[in-house]
Amino acid sequence: MPVLVSLVLRRLLGALPSIAAVVVVTFVLTRALPGDPAAYFAGPAADAQSVEEIRRKLGLDKPLPVQFLAYLGDLAQGEMGTSLITGQPVSADILARLPASVELTLCGLALALAVSLPLGVAAATRPGSWVDHMARVISTAGVSLPVFFTGLLLVYIFYYLLGWAPAPMGRLDLFASAPTTITGFYLVDSLITGQFATFRAAAAQLVLPALTLGLFALAPLTRMTRASMLGVLGSDFIRTARAGGLSRGTVLVTYALRNALLPVVTTLGMVFSFLLGANVLVEKVFAWPGIGSYAIEALVASDYAPVQGFILTMAIMYVGLNLMIDILYGLIDPRVRIEA
Amino acid sequence: MMLLEIDNLSLNFRTRSGVVKALEDVSLSVGRGETLGVVGESGSGKSVLSFAVMGISDAAATVSQGAIRFEGLDLLKAGPSDLDELRGAEMAMIFQNPRTALNPIRPVGRQIADVLLRHAGVTRAQAQDKAVEMLARVRIPDPERRAKAYPFEMSGGMCQRVMIALALACSPKLLIADEPTTGLDVTTQAAIMDLVGELARESRMATLLITHDLGLAAERCDRIAVMHAGHVVEVAPTAELFARPRHPYTARLISTTPRPGASLAALEPIPGSLPDLRGELAPCRYSARCHLYQAECDAGPLPRQDDNGRMVACRRPA
Repeated sequence: MPVLVSLVLRRLLGALPSIAAVVVVTFVLTRALPGDPAAYFAGPAADAQSVEEIRRKLGLDKPLPVQFLAYLGDLAQGEMGTSLITGQPVSADILARLPASVELTLCGLALALAVSLPLGVAAATRPGSWVDHMARVISTAGVSLPVFFTGLLLVYIFYYLLGWAPAPMGRLDLFASAPTTITGFYLVDSLITGQFATFRAAAAQLVLPALTLGLFALAPLTRMTRASMLGVLGSDFIRTARAGGLSRGTVLVTYALRNALLPVVTTLGMVFSFLLGANVLVEKVFAWPGIGSYAIEALVASDYAPVQGFILTMAIMYVGLNLMIDILYGLIDPRVRIEA
Repeated sequence: MMLLEIDNLSLNFRTRSGVVKALEDVSLSVGRGETLGVVGESGSGKSVLSFAVMGISDAAATVSQGAIRFEGLDLLKAGPSDLDELRGAEMAMIFQNPRTALNPIRPVGRQIADVLLRHAGVTRAQAQDKAVEMLARVRIPDPERRAKAYPFEMSGGMCQRVMIALALACSPKLLIADEPTTGLDVTTQAAIMDLVGELARESRMATLLITHDLGLAAERCDRIAVMHAGHVVEVAPTAELFARPRHPYTARLISTTPRPGASLAALEPIPGSLPDLRGELAPCRYSARCHLYQAECDAGPLPRQDDNGRMVACRRPA
């Protein structure tokens, strides 16, 4: 697959300028934000002299270009500075918290896909039927209910009223111990190491927040699947497939759905990148130790390093995600492969 | 018994602006090995008729009366599984716009193999081999390599050859060719039609050739049915139809077709356009355009004289 390798390399090279721009812009923007980290950390009782002291210790008294060069020097060594809140290196914090967010988002998307693809296809094959109306109601509800509301509602019903779900207290309840870290995904790690009790506990904690995210992601995915399928089902080659007497399943899945998948994949990528950074509310409701809540806490405290690290991580993930979507495109549609 | 018999078929489309009477009292038959041409201007119902025969009509279409019998089996009453057995195996169809009629993201060999897998009781490997064989039969050079190609990597003529290979893969008894050469250049047109004719003769396959090109129909068909606004107005053996058209519409249609030796200035357009097929229609749907129209034309259903394979639906036939 030399074509694929060169595609990946070219795309990564092409992404370098945007990453560089992100580095500059986040640096400038975080400095431009109101708030003074030195004052924040000195506390309300500190006098001007101790604030100055802290400022000098943090290196914030130096001119901006010097600070920027120091930041670049850190980045070159793979360091993103130290968080003032946690006292840990930002890269370690993010590495510890990113898997939590990714695991949650992936599970939410998997749930959303499992429902939206069949629902969108069913709605497209019978436009105007009850399935179609149901799809519309579900997707409208999915976008119009804010995630913190659906999250709280789910907690209220399944934890408080029914008692089926565990307390919304993060990735594991107090009595379970975290699995040995291999990938950082509790579900995967616990399976690899054979800690099935941990797997059950982690999965139980994951269900409600994943459901909350899934409900939100359901709407764009269902609508895109339906619209795309409707377009494809009306096309000439579907008529050819039917005239060839192919079975309904082959016509729907092999012929129609595969062709309808391109815009769905695009939507999936957008939803994924959006959810990954924007599910702060869900992380708050379920006390989920993800990177969204990490970044928000840092922002509130004018803690520059984690905010910069967060944005940079997101930018890099965004580049990687887009690359993956382009590769998926090529797998689905041979015409894209040629153009690439 | 004829291979395909269409009896008094009427088909309507339900639309927001009313019921479109797309076909009314259409009767046609095709014998084994015969080539029947169906001609008429755009909107006359040719394609609607062919889709109805294949059972792939639009969801808004309803048959209000009549029967379509294939080897005696009434297709309109047959179950969906019986129809799926027939489609692609006993009767097959090739479409206009071969480029869009093929799945753009599936190798063409796979698409042929799909049909074979469905009907011929073969394994995937055998189906793939047979697909390559079919591509060779429609004279696609280097068929092994071409089987792995996608439609966008082929010319329009190549794609139509692939369509033919796809349609003929299971050796159907009836081929419906809906404007098979529209959009292809003239040399490719001739090559494609030669190919269809040759393959049809080899296996005594009947062909229903739907076209608006009278010249093409004249060259290729044993008999021709002329359609106008959802009616079959005349059916006759090809030579007789051109020598002595009996319906005024047929006569007009022939005079609009360029012929070698005749001056282009002699070409006359047919006056008026197709009537709106919604609402009440005159018994003769051509009456508003007809130079022979008289009040008696509106008096009840049209007589259909049928003698020696010639049919004309007109009160004042020539």
